[in-house]
Amino acid sequence: MKKKYNYSLIFGIAITGLILLIAVIGKFWTPYDPNQLNASLKNTAPSLAHLMGTDNLGRDIFSRVMAGTGTTLTIAWRTVFIGIFYGTIIGSLTGYFGGWIDEIVMRVNDIVLSFPSVLLALIVVSILGPGWPNLIISLGILFIPSFARIVRSEMLRLKSLDFVKSAKVMGAGSLRIIFVHMMPNIVVSMLTTAAIGFNNAILAEASMSYLGLGVQPPDASLGRMIADSQAYLFIAPWFSLFPGAVIILTILGFSLISEGLRKASSN
Amino acid sequence: MKYIIKKIITLIMTLLVISIFTFVAFSILPGDAAITRLGTEATPEKVEAMREELGLNRPVILRYLDWLKGAARGDFGESYQYSSTSVAALISERMPATVLLAVISFVLIFILSIPLGLISAKYPGKWLDTVINQLMQITMAIPSFFLGIILTYIFGLVLKWFQPGKFISPAEDFMASAKYLLIPALAVALPKIAMVVKFLRNGILIETGKDYVRTAYSKGNNENSVLVRHILKNALIPVITFAAMIIAEILAGSIVVEQVFSVPGMGRLLVTAISSRDYPVVQAVVTYITAIVIIVNFIVDMLYQLVDPRVKTT
Repeated sequence: MKKKYNYSLIFGIAITGLILLIAVIGKFWTPYDPNQLNASLKNTAPSLAHLMGTDNLGRDIFSRVMAGTGTTLTIAWRTVFIGIFYGTIIGSLTGYFGGWIDEIVMRVNDIVLSFPSVLLALIVVSILGPGWPNLIISLGILFIPSFARIVRSEMLRLKSLDFVKSAKVMGAGSLRIIFVHMMPNIVVSMLTTAAIGFNNAILAEASMSYLGLGVQPPDASLGRMIADSQAYLFIAPWFSLFPGAVIILTILGFSLISEGLRKASSN
Repeated sequence: MKYIIKKIITLIMTLLVISIFTFVAFSILPGDAAITRLGTEATPEKVEAMREELGLNRPVILRYLDWLKGAARGDFGESYQYSSTSVAALISERMPATVLLAVISFVLIFILSIPLGLISAKYPGKWLDTVINQLMQITMAIPSFFLGIILTYIFGLVLKWFQPGKFISPAEDFMASAKYLLIPALAVALPKIAMVVKFLRNGILIETGKDYVRTAYSKGNNENSVLVRHILKNALIPVITFAAMIIAEILAGSIVVEQVFSVPGMGRLLVTAISSRDYPVVQAVVTYITAIVIIVNFIVDMLYQLVDPRVKTT
């Protein structure tokens, strides 16, 4: 039989790996200082010295893209971490024990889930104020419900299975059953959700920074760079093209991973 | 009937809870409205007088009740940043552009995603399906603001179909305004079209295997008429539940895209109000947005039951 490759997963991991590599290298080394101004190099086209050209203030775009990718990914993983951590706790407890608390929590979840994440982030940031620590907090809170819902439904499904019953008969405590016996069984669906979470986080961060409510200057951020580039669209299209392409690749990578994981788990 | 009443009560409760939550959050914030109005140089006595005048010294609960009384009549107080302009006036001035943008986006989603979904589902696995699929996958990965910039570059700077930044208000010239908004609407609509096409394609493929489809064929219908008259009808039902989400997404997308195309709508109003800490405006816009999202959800719930009576009220 011919072996069927999971192309989504392979391409997803390759793209995401490349982006991660750029971000990690960017933490330690960039070709130029991302914030170094240079009045004589305003809006120069891509060349060997400046692979992606320079921006309106003469800064090297490649260096800024490297730094910005790092910022974006840092915000995204912290956000997803908050979502997974609290979402897992809330979802597993409400799913396992049920009752009226479950009812209330799920009602709140329904409401939160009916809003797009950019909209909710806007509302929360309007309360907390702009800046990226606030952005992480607001996006993190907003992601809790989607994880809580997945974990809860998995808990409900697993609860009636034999291995959980036998663990109960053997005298295992509720917390032990939840975190030792049931948790390993939901890892795949958690990973799929996490990949989608990364997507939403990157999209929301980029949009918020574009609106000027996320990462504040002088920190490099892909969304912010695109906002700055807009006035120079005609004379320096590369200024917006490269940060935009990196955002697209990052999101594409994570969405391919989530699709690949879904395919892998359904086979 | 009982179900509808129960739904309406939860709808009103949700709106109240969200408005209380935002109101309380805004009033415990640092950064006083009085200081915002007078500037940081103002003397403490002047600030105190202003606080008295704005009624900021009264307890939060009383202020909320006042706000609610006003809001129920459509009066949201006065804006801080544009002095002596009522929030209601600001909103009614900005609302038409956003509504028009949202409507055009919705129409675009509707007229583009159904044919694409049908074509893709008619030839599953063939090259046309693969091309559409890959295109949709990539489209979904493009943030709407960047899509807006790409479209500005292509249609505004290269093809010169419209003049970026030269928005004409719908009140002035409706057709010109709609024409300008066509490209922004495309930026809002494209990622959602991708979602709907994917969803619709899967829906049609699931329906294709059902008994009624075989019956329709055996009655002598050809492939296209089965696809359009029988399958599409059933495959669209799950898309309706999706509609509430799409409308909410259109709203979110237009907030961002308005910024790209400098359309003076609700989104721009909200963003400038947040940066200048104009809380009455923020509160009002947030209330409007939540109200729209919740009411749309409610309507879609009702529609879903109308279209598919098998969905039993719970």
